Amino acid sequence: MGGQTVWSGVSLDIAPGAFAAILGPNGAGKTTLLRVLLGELPVTAGSASVHGSSPGALNRQIGYLPQRRQFDAAVRIRGIDLVRLGLDGARWGLPLRRRGAERVDEVLRLVGADDYATRPIGELSGGEQQRVLIAQALVSRPRLLALDEPLDSLDLPNQTAVAALLQRICRQDGVTILLVAHDVNPLLSYLDQVVYFGAGRAVVGAPREVINSETLSRLYGVPIEVLQASDGRLVVVGLPEAPAHHSDRHEHA
Amino acid sequence: MHSVVAAHLSLDPAFDFDQLTAFPFLVNALEAGTIVAVMAGVVGWFMTLRRESFAGHSLSLMAFPGATGALLVGLPAALGYFAFCGAGALVIGAAAGAGGARGRGEESAVTGAVQALGLACGFLFLSLYRGVLASYESVLFGSYLGITSGQVLALAGVAAGSLAFFAVVGRPLLFASVDGAVAGASGVPTRGLGVAFLLALGLAVAATAQITGVLLVFALLVAPAATAQLVTPRVGVGLALGVALGIVTVWLGVALAYATDYPIGFFITTVATSFYVLARAARALVARPPAWRRRRVAHPPSEGAAAA
Repeated sequence: MGGQTVWSGVSLDIAPGAFAAILGPNGAGKTTLLRVLLGELPVTAGSASVHGSSPGALNRQIGYLPQRRQFDAAVRIRGIDLVRLGLDGARWGLPLRRRGAERVDEVLRLVGADDYATRPIGELSGGEQQRVLIAQALVSRPRLLALDEPLDSLDLPNQTAVAALLQRICRQDGVTILLVAHDVNPLLSYLDQVVYFGAGRAVVGAPREVINSETLSRLYGVPIEVLQASDGRLVVVGLPEAPAHHSDRHEHA
Repeated sequence: MHSVVAAHLSLDPAFDFDQLTAFPFLVNALEAGTIVAVMAGVVGWFMTLRRESFAGHSLSLMAFPGATGALLVGLPAALGYFAFCGAGALVIGAAAGAGGARGRGEESAVTGAVQALGLACGFLFLSLYRGVLASYESVLFGSYLGITSGQVLALAGVAAGSLAFFAVVGRPLLFASVDGAVAGASGVPTRGLGVAFLLALGLAVAATAQITGVLLVFALLVAPAATAQLVTPRVGVGLALGVALGIVTVWLGVALAYATDYPIGFFITTVATSFYVLARAARALVARPPAWRRRRVAHPPSEGAAAA
């Protein structure tokens, strides 16, 4: 990453078929991990493997949702065409053929997007767009779904609904799900595993094993408190802020 | 710029068609215009989707040094058009590729520079030429007179190559255009396709400029495609509609220019823009409530301190 070491000495294992979230402050290396697994970035030391193969070798078996993709109203492409591109978009030829229509319909029903899939993607709400994009990532039957902040632009009911949908996909189809998140709370009751990046390192485990005062204090080497609100939400207090943290998220958080 | 015969268009299309095809120069104009409309319709549809109108605009201006440069060294104008627009496309494409992740900003800076340099060269060529360039306005604003059969053949060749290109890369190009990050992750060579598309755009622009003139290229490049995208979000239907609208525009433009003796560029631009305005108006009439009213409240009060 431009000559910088994002993290080192990190060893982590995500169980196949697990629903795992990658957490941590901005710049801690969450997206970097996804890009390493996609084979877009090399690891300078150590190794990474996806389902036993080197990263990048199996990209057709990884469904990928990059960060913050919002289509504005000027994008006049139907949701269903976008989903079909997930199936055959890398193949040469004209974008006219109808092959794979059943699989596209099936996956649109699975995510609950069949009602609005024939509308232009730019006219859909953020939650509807996210479902179409999840369908696109799923349509080629990947074994791993890698999502970068898929809940970021959604309102709270939609965040919970998408988290529940992802868990259902994980359980029903045995798809491993790796999800980068800024806020763990909408996901908390659905997750199997958590990877928490911080201070150039990472801890892995079940959500409650990782997100507690003791583990996070050990990770950062400074005292950190995890408080639980009466509704079950977790709040982390005392995170050391990285210098020069001026992301847009912090401005309105 | 005066037509050789007096023409009177009637309301009888068959009679008008006979009139329009009675003279070889008009047949050449219609053939060239139809070829250009097909190519511009397809390229323009992708250009609108990729939001590369600025690149398209700059490449169209490269036709000016192309035309004047060819004149200066005594080569056919068409060759100058294709050479300069094609070279401009490669320069812009190379800059975009070198820019990497920041490609967009880099690309528009280089595009602007290429455009200014091209215009300046064109003006230099013109003053070096010293002679009187009789068809100065027709280079800038288009003409349907004096299109040779050889020019029609050259246009047909370039158009065939361009359509073959889209037949091969259409699907991955669509993927890369709407969804670059995911297309890249699934193995689409997005950068190479971007450069190849710019080259196709440059050639289409060079062809279009021979009919509409350097300054009015967008009438055929953007308007029909943008109209088609307003009417339908379907890929195949949209491409076909863009091409059809372009052909209708060119035929009406040639007919009106022939009948009235006024410049063709004006009529093509007016017809193409009218289609676009009509499509907009039609959409506004049948519109559902605007998007913001259908959406739920976008952002509930902030979630406060999160677990990250």
